[in-house]
Amino acid sequence: MDNANRILVLFAHPALHKSWVNRRLIRAIGDLEHVTLHDLYEAYPSFHIDVKREQALLLAHDVIVFQHPFYWYSSPAILKEWQDLVLEHGFAYGAGGTALAGKKFLSAITTGGQQQAYSRSGANRFAIRELLAPFEQTARLCGMDWLPPFVIHGTHLLREAGQIDPYVRSYRLLLMGLRDDTVRWDGLSEGEYLYHNLERVLGPSPVTDHA
Amino acid sequence: MHDESLFLQAFIYLAAAVVAVPISNRLGLGSVLGYLIAGVVIGPFGLRLVGQEGEDVMHFAEFGVVMLLFLVGLELQPSRLWRLRLPILGMGGLQVLATALLIAALAMGLGLAWTMALAVGLILSMSSTAIGLQSLDEKGLAKTDAGQSAFSVLLFQDIAVIPILALLPLLAYEKADLGGHGPALNPWLQAVMVLGIVAGIIVGGRYLMRPVFRIVAATRLREVFTAMALLLVIGIALAMQQVGLSPALGTFVAGVVLADNEYRHELEGDIAPFKGLLLGLFFLTVGASIDFGLLIERPWLILGLVVALVFTKLGVLVALGRGFRLAWSQTLLFGFALAQGGEFAFVLFSFATKAKVLPESLTAVLVAVVAFSMLLTPLLLIANDRWLQPRFASPDEEREADGIDTSDSPVIIAGFGRFGQVVGRLLLAHRCRITVLDHSPAQIDLLRRFGWTVFYGDAGRLDLLQAAGAAQARLLVVAIDDPDKALEIVALAQKHFPHLAILARAQDRRHAYALIRHGVSLIRRETFGSALEMGIDALRLLGVRAHRAHRIAQTFRQHDEAALQEMATIEGDDALVIARSRQLTHDLEQLLQADGYSISADNDQAWDVVARRGLSRG
Ligand SMILES: Cc1cc2nc3c(=O)[nH]c(=O)nc-3n(C[C@H](O)[C@H](O)[C@H](O)COP(=O)(O)O)c2cc1C
Repeated sequence: MDNANRILVLFAHPALHKSWVNRRLIRAIGDLEHVTLHDLYEAYPSFHIDVKREQALLLAHDVIVFQHPFYWYSSPAILKEWQDLVLEHGFAYGAGGTALAGKKFLSAITTGGQQQAYSRSGANRFAIRELLAPFEQTARLCGMDWLPPFVIHGTHLLREAGQIDPYVRSYRLLLMGLRDDTVRWDGLSEGEYLYHNLERVLGPSPVTDHA
Repeated sequence: MHDESLFLQAFIYLAAAVVAVPISNRLGLGSVLGYLIAGVVIGPFGLRLVGQEGEDVMHFAEFGVVMLLFLVGLELQPSRLWRLRLPILGMGGLQVLATALLIAALAMGLGLAWTMALAVGLILSMSSTAIGLQSLDEKGLAKTDAGQSAFSVLLFQDIAVIPILALLPLLAYEKADLGGHGPALNPWLQAVMVLGIVAGIIVGGRYLMRPVFRIVAATRLREVFTAMALLLVIGIALAMQQVGLSPALGTFVAGVVLADNEYRHELEGDIAPFKGLLLGLFFLTVGASIDFGLLIERPWLILGLVVALVFTKLGVLVALGRGFRLAWSQTLLFGFALAQGGEFAFVLFSFATKAKVLPESLTAVLVAVVAFSMLLTPLLLIANDRWLQPRFASPDEEREADGIDTSDSPVIIAGFGRFGQVVGRLLLAHRCRITVLDHSPAQIDLLRRFGWTVFYGDAGRLDLLQAAGAAQARLLVVAIDDPDKALEIVALAQKHFPHLAILARAQDRRHAYALIRHGVSLIRRETFGSALEMGIDALRLLGVRAHRAHRIAQTFRQHDEAALQEMATIEGDDALVIARSRQLTHDLEQLLQADGYSISADNDQAWDVVARRGLSRG
């Protein structure tokens, strides 16, 4: 496990006490080795983000995950504030800004809308990947590898633990796969989410750690 | 042995308690068993240090039960009592009835006349409040389902003593002169007096006691308050005896009436030690009064009767527990806690002998049986704990723990002045239950008028913290305005309630240092927050935009709080302190310069890249 990837999950949910899905997701990954769960609303209740500390965290990890519910086709506000402050010129981009180069970036989101709604003909008119363009481009400008997103759709239909559990298990498996570098990227086609066909995408793990 | 001075007697009893109880506790046997065994040891069949006068001492010690019920009442707001009406009447009523009839049937089977059998059944249906409640309390089980049920049954028994006392003379085998025991009054007059006294207790408790407490508390003399608390309990007990009611019942009612009173915790703290001592004394005398002579003479008879008594009662209690849907673990606890004869049995047997209901030869045996059954209870509870409970362990136990947390308040606020009030109001607005202690009668009065529930008391007293529920609470907010006292409370709480998270109001920097060195991690300087706010106002008036002013203040706060923690460790060495604080000020300036959204000209250039420079890989 020594060359395992270290994963930083930047988690943003302003009302965790009302959450059904995200709460279970973070509970399922809290104990994973080499995974740092960083709950932004808990760490910075008044949005006073400690830039130096955040940058140090970024440097200490290889995979950066933005985990959040989809709010107004984007992230909850604190994650935007985090980007505005932490991704400084000279650190993340621009002259000499190479701190993040080569790291992997993953969006892990939950949306109220169902997948069909996120299409040209659907109510939301754009696909998730299109709507996530700002995150994708941010990652690329910082020199990071942008991974296909992990998306859970139609959260209002998931009200029982039994319905959420398969997603929770996949999320855990995915993070383990990223950590142990067992994801086969070529197995993915354009436009796919990392949740689908996880068995196909995750190669046999060198470390057999079953969730 | 009979002309020993009072002091010598007191010395013997106290010494027995001080030696026996710690040993028994150490062995995990609980204090009740310790007292009982100590009683046996100093009694006529042990070292013969106490003898016949044990009887009188026992009557005196029974007053411990009266105090116990007063304290139980204090914990029980009328609304909670009302919620218990079903178990009290249902469980309690069925328990007395079923046990009395079963025992009576057994007694008739053994050849007693039905009148005697019935009298024996009724008397033995009583359980021991002292042993039952004390054992449960000591294990922290008083608020479990089993504890509540046990309490309900015991309360009903207390009430049932009155009709039983009235009924017994009707069962006499020959006419007896009762010589004034039991009021020979006209029953109507008696009923009126009973109602009058109970009404007096309720009305007096509601309206009269508050001003009296206030006046006494204003003297700030603790012993006067204690004296008044004792006076209250003794006075009620006397009044109840006048009309032939159980004093325990009367003080229980008084306790319930005062449960909402702001002086409740103070009363609890003052009465508790007396209750403890008297109950201990009571157990000692029970131990000393056990007639081993009888046991040696007729061992099989006594042992057989003890076993029969305990198992009959246990059977009824278990059936009731299950019938009232208690979990198995709770049912067993409930059963074992009450499967013994009670202290009322002693009183009732002697009354029954005088009333010629039961012959002396019979009651002597039965009194011994009751005493042995009391000795057995702690042992049965231990057996239950060690061997039976583990089989029913876990899932529902956890839920019980939760139950405790919601019935008591998780937060104690010491000091409810300008500071504590804001903390308290915020918590209440979030529907969090709080227990508030304040030391100024005038302040409490004022707050009460605004509808606040505040208790009188000095949070620097261990017994008061205890009474306020520190053992169950999760947080202690020390918000008093006396810095030295605050440190005292912190030390006290850390020593006795290490599980409590402490939040402290610091008067100034120096006080904050002291608190930090005491190991308090959550400290707020009382004026810091508002001063900072005003700093923001000033910056804004100077033309700094609001958000920036806000951020500057937050950076300042963070820096200052970190500095506070650091300086607390080096305070004392002046030169070092000054040097370090200069450095910190300098750091802060640097920090504020650098803070914010780093926007500069070459920053902007970075966005204006026409060609991709191969930065991205995907
Ligand atoms: C302020 C707000 C904005 C939201 N915007 C969107 C949205 O743009 N698209 C969408 O599909 N769901 C939207 N939702 C629904 C959330 O995505 C959904 O409640 C969440 O993913 C459920 O996850 P949770 O159970 O962890 O809270 C929004 C919810 C809130 C409260």
